[in-house]
Amino acid sequence: MYDINRAESAVTQQDIKISASKVQVYYGDKHAIKDVDVEILDKTVTAFIGPSGCGKSTFLRCINRMNDTIPIARIEGKILLDGEDVYDRRVDPVQLRAKVGMVFQKPNPFPKSIYDNVAYGPRIHGLSRNKAELDEIVEKSLRGAALWNEVKDRLHEPGTGLSGGQQQRLCIARAVATAPEVLLMDEPCSALDPIATSQVEELIDQLRENFSVVIVTHSMQQAARVSQKTAFFHLGNLVEYGNTDDIFTNPQDSRTESYISGRIG
Amino acid sequence: MPLSWALLVSLALAVAGYIIGRSRAFASAGTDIRKLHSRPGYHGASVALTTLTPAIVVLMLASVLRMAKVFPPEATGFAGLLALAASVAGLGWGVTRINTDFRARNVVEKIVQGFLIFCSSIAILTTAGIVLSLIFETGHFFQKYSWTEFFFGLNWTPRFQGNSSLGILPLLWGTLYISFIALLVAVPIGMFAAIYMSEYASKRVRGIAKPAIEILAGIPTIVYGLFALITVGPMLRDYFAQPLGLGSSGSSVLTAGLVMGIMLIPFVSSLSDDIINAVPQSMRDGALGLGSTPSETIKQVVLPAALPGVVGAVLLAASRAIGETMIVVLGAGAAARLGLNPFEAMTTITVKIVSQLTGDNDFAAPETLVAFALGLTLFVITLGLNVVALYIVRKYREQYE
Repeated sequence: MYDINRAESAVTQQDIKISASKVQVYYGDKHAIKDVDVEILDKTVTAFIGPSGCGKSTFLRCINRMNDTIPIARIEGKILLDGEDVYDRRVDPVQLRAKVGMVFQKPNPFPKSIYDNVAYGPRIHGLSRNKAELDEIVEKSLRGAALWNEVKDRLHEPGTGLSGGQQQRLCIARAVATAPEVLLMDEPCSALDPIATSQVEELIDQLRENFSVVIVTHSMQQAARVSQKTAFFHLGNLVEYGNTDDIFTNPQDSRTESYISGRIG
Repeated sequence: MPLSWALLVSLALAVAGYIIGRSRAFASAGTDIRKLHSRPGYHGASVALTTLTPAIVVLMLASVLRMAKVFPPEATGFAGLLALAASVAGLGWGVTRINTDFRARNVVEKIVQGFLIFCSSIAILTTAGIVLSLIFETGHFFQKYSWTEFFFGLNWTPRFQGNSSLGILPLLWGTLYISFIALLVAVPIGMFAAIYMSEYASKRVRGIAKPAIEILAGIPTIVYGLFALITVGPMLRDYFAQPLGLGSSGSSVLTAGLVMGIMLIPFVSSLSDDIINAVPQSMRDGALGLGSTPSETIKQVVLPAALPGVVGAVLLAASRAIGETMIVVLGAGAAARLGLNPFEAMTTITVKIVSQLTGDNDFAAPETLVAFALGLTLFVITLGLNVVALYIVRKYREQYE
C-alpha cells in the first residue's frame, strides 16, 4: 500500500511530457481516431487499453510519426512534445524518433550481432566519440534491459539467435541506447511467454525512472500491474483517462466498466 | 496402326472407362451412397487411369525403341495394336475391381503421385543426358588433342587442314572479361533501380516503372546485338577509342559488355526488388523507430538483410552473362585474343562453339569436337556459379529466419 501511495504522489508532481489535443486520424476514408485529447506525464507509465481496432496503436504511432510511412494516413490536430508540435513543418521526423523511441509488438532485432543491434542507434546519431564510450553505452543499455548477464559472453553472435523474450529485451535495449525521452511500446509482450512477460514488465517499471513510457496492451492485468495512468480507447474515441487505480476500481464511463469487467472487447 | 491413332483411341477408351466406372460405382452402392469407400468420381478416374497408363507406357517404350533403332519402322503398327490391347485389358481389369470396398481414391492418388515424380525426374534426367553426351564427345576430343594444350594453350587458331592450336584460355579470358564488364554495368544500375522501386517509389510510379524495366527482359538478345553493332560499337569507337588512341575496331569488349549489362539490368533489378520486398516491414519500422533516415535504414538494415538473396541474384546474372552468345557475336567480334584493352575485339566460348559447329563439319576432327569440350567447360563453370549462389542463399536464409 505504501508503494502505491508513493507512486501516486510521484505522479502528481510530474510535468506534462506529451499533450495531444483534437487529434484526428484518417486512413483513406476511415476515421480511425476521433477527437483525442490526452496529457501524458513525464517519468510515468501510461497504458492504452481497449478492444482490437479501437485505435490505440494508431494513436501511439502518431506520437513519433510512424504513421508517416503509411501513404493513406492523414493526421489532424496537435500533439505537443515538451510544448513543441511534432507535426510542425520544421520538425524532422527523424530527429523526433530519436527522442521518442519505439518498441514493437513482434521482436524485430536487425540481422546483426547483439552488440551491433544495441549500438545501431548511438552510431547513427553519433552519441559516442570512441569505441570505449560505445561499449559503455551498449553495456549500460543491456543492463538497463536486464539482458546483460545473459548475453555478455556472446555479444558478437547474431541477435536473431536469441529467444523471443531475449529478443524483445534486446529491442528495448536498442531503443534505450538511443537515449530517448519517451518510450512507446506497442503490445511489447504479446509475442512472449508468461516468464518473459514478467521480465519485460519489471523492466518497464524500472524504465519509468528515466523515461515517460507509453504502453499499448491487450491485457488489462498488465495495464493494472505496470501503469500509473490508463487511457481507455473505444471505436477511435478516448473514452476515459485517469489514474490506473481509479479506472480499474471506479470507472466513470459505462463503456469502460463494460470493458474492464469483460462484457465488451 | 500409327501410334497417334492408338493414343487417340485409348484416350476415348479412358473417357468411356470413366463413365462406366462411375456408373458401376453408383450401381454397386445401391441406395446408400455412403457405403462406397471412395466417391464415384474417383472410381471413374481409377478406371480411366488404368486404361490410359498401360497404353502410354507401351507407346513410350515403342517410340524409344524405334529411336534406338532396336526394331524397324514397320513394327509400328504392331506396337499400336499392342498399346490398344493393353488399354482394353486395363479397362477390363479396372471395371472388374469396382465394388463398395475398393479404395479408388488411394489408387488415383498413387497414380497421380507417380506422374508427378515422373515429371520431376524428366528435368533431372535431361540434365544428366546433356552432361553425358557432352562428356562422351569431350572424351573423343581429348583422344585426338592433348588436354594440357586445351586448358593451358594461349592460342586459338583452328585450321581445318589440321595442325590447329585450340587453347581455351583466350576464349575463357574473353568470356570472363565481357561478363565482368556486363556485371559492372548491370549490378549497380539494377540494384539502385530495385532500391528506388521498392523503397522510394510511390505506388503509381512503381506500377508504371516496374513493367517498363521488365520489358527490357523481353527483348530478344539478337536485337540487343543489333543495337551493339550499329549504335554502341561505332559510338564507342568514334568518341572514345579513336580519340584516346586505343583502337579502331567497331566491335570491342566494352561494346558487348555494356549492351549485355543493359540486358541484365531487368534480371538483377526484378530479382533484387523481390528480395528487398521480402525483408519484413518490421525491420524497417524498427530502424525508422530509432530515428534512422530512410537511407540509413536501407543501407544498414534492409540491404544487409537482403544481401544473401542479392548475391544469389548477381551470381545467377553472372551465369547468364557467361552463357550469352548473340550480343558477343555482333558486339565483340570473333577474334580470340588475350588482352587488356577493352576497345579491342575479343570473343567468348559460346561464340566459338557456334563457329566450330556451323558450316561443313567433319565430326571426327578435333576442330569440331573441341566445341563439346568448350561446352562442357562452360557448363561446369555455370554449374559451379549456380551451386555457389544456392549455397550462399541457403546459408544466410537459415541464419536470419
